[in-house]
Amino acid sequence: MKMTIPQRIARGLVYALLLIVFCGPFWGIVATAFTKNTVQPGQLVLWPSNPTFDHFIYAWTEVKIWIYLFNSLFVVAIATVLQTLVSALAAYALARKKFRGAAIVSLAIISTMMLPDEVIAIPLYLILHAELPLLHTSIYNTYAAMILPVVGWAFSVFLLTEFMKAIPRDLEDAARVDGANELQIFWRVVLPLVRPALGTATIFGFLMIWDQYLLPLIAVDDRNLYTIPVVLRSLRVDEVLQQNIFIAVTVIATVPCIVVYLLLQKQFNRGLMSGAVKG
Amino acid sequence: MWFHSKRLRWTIPWLFLAPALIVFTWFKFVPIIRGLVMSFYKVRFSGSDQWVGLANFERAFSDSALHAATLNTLIYVVSTTIAGGVLSFAVAMALEGQARHIRIIRTAIFIPAVTSIAVLAEIWRILFYPGATGVVNQMLGVFAIAPQGFMSDPDQALFIVILLQIWKNVPYNMVIFIAGLASINRELYDAASVDGASALRKLWHVTIPGLVPAFSVVIMLSLIRGFRVFTEVYTTTGGGPADATEVIMTNIFKTGFERFDYGYAAAVSFLLFAFTVCLTIVHVTVKNRIDRT
Repeated sequence: MKMTIPQRIARGLVYALLLIVFCGPFWGIVATAFTKNTVQPGQLVLWPSNPTFDHFIYAWTEVKIWIYLFNSLFVVAIATVLQTLVSALAAYALARKKFRGAAIVSLAIISTMMLPDEVIAIPLYLILHAELPLLHTSIYNTYAAMILPVVGWAFSVFLLTEFMKAIPRDLEDAARVDGANELQIFWRVVLPLVRPALGTATIFGFLMIWDQYLLPLIAVDDRNLYTIPVVLRSLRVDEVLQQNIFIAVTVIATVPCIVVYLLLQKQFNRGLMSGAVKG
Repeated sequence: MWFHSKRLRWTIPWLFLAPALIVFTWFKFVPIIRGLVMSFYKVRFSGSDQWVGLANFERAFSDSALHAATLNTLIYVVSTTIAGGVLSFAVAMALEGQARHIRIIRTAIFIPAVTSIAVLAEIWRILFYPGATGVVNQMLGVFAIAPQGFMSDPDQALFIVILLQIWKNVPYNMVIFIAGLASINRELYDAASVDGASALRKLWHVTIPGLVPAFSVVIMLSLIRGFRVFTEVYTTTGGGPADATEVIMTNIFKTGFERFDYGYAAAVSFLLFAFTVCLTIVHVTVKNRIDRT
């Protein structure tokens, strides 16, 4: 369709407006983080004058942001892998096996999809504090307390179950005739066939776990275990911390999500769309 | 091997399910049940808890702070759902298509949707800094508008937090709408053109009916996110100033973790949960009715 010149200009203006509104603030924090001169609170610059890495170096060595970055990355890496694995195992049973109780199990798991995690925060806090049998200690104030509660995620189980249902029985039967056992069928036949869905489950899991705020807030109170989202709030109220350094910290906290999103964009969009089509 | 024996075959699905069942039971089902039980007790730190029957629930119905928080939550939900829905639809219409530059813009404006809320909150606090140096206040200054208080002004704070939620939701919902637009049959547009339909009529009679599933997803997501909203509020204003942005979840958090009134906090949580379930049931029923017609 050919557009007239005024139409082209109008389109261009709309694009520019959208980019300014949705990306402008991110550009602002990046430019400010690289600016040598101290900015006033609330101020952002459009272009770094006297560009410098100093604020990042200070954030890294003095604020020790690497501790919190490590905590976040450690929790998100372990939890995402466990979440996807546990979901895939469960999905295999729900999608490929007929057994008594299957309906009840899938209903129980799917019912937690409607459950906002926030409403179980208080009982969860008490359960994290509870002493485990035999171990005589609780998982409170450990990485496990931030990891284990997010391992069970109904969305991921549901998504993988739907995809595993679509695999033809013949492939599984052929493998079985060749003498493959259940684990081999799961690992060598079914998982490779649902690889795109695994990608989708992984990126949604990553973002969901990275974004956890209330859970680390109630799961640990040792500052050395804080994740990036939790530590931001305590750094903000730190009066001595220069504004540019705080902004540099914010930039560091933004990078992992954006990198993961750009790398796994295709899988991400597929996930959103499968949600839209199913309604 | 054992899994080849007929007698033990039934264990196979349960072995695959075991890890999931353990984490779901430990961190979902047990907390749900424990929360429900707690809501009938006054939880004490020394000595045993005291059974209070429905007293916690009765208290919820006469708690004026909770009512104020509920009203704020309703304002939050309604405005993020309506404004967020309309804006994301408009953005999707503007950014529909497969051209390379449009795809790049779509990717770029998606950044707020994948950034963690805690980071977005800090960006919002910088943009809407109440002093004259704040980014938005400087922009308003160009139009000779005096610096505003934004999140430090009880009259504006809720609105600014709502804007944050819309900012994050619009790109996300946009992708859902784009997927919906792509699924509309092209022939319907061609047929409408042959019939001489105007662009506006095509929008009304072809595009919008074709987007009903997408609207349904967007509205539901927005309602659920809105009623359970916690992090967006807690990290920007903490519920202040003067409780102006207090929502149900921040109210529960403070009741539980600042006043240690676990029983009452659990009761209010349970009411919120029950309400979310009802909302989902209503949504599914309405959706099925629309699908049938």
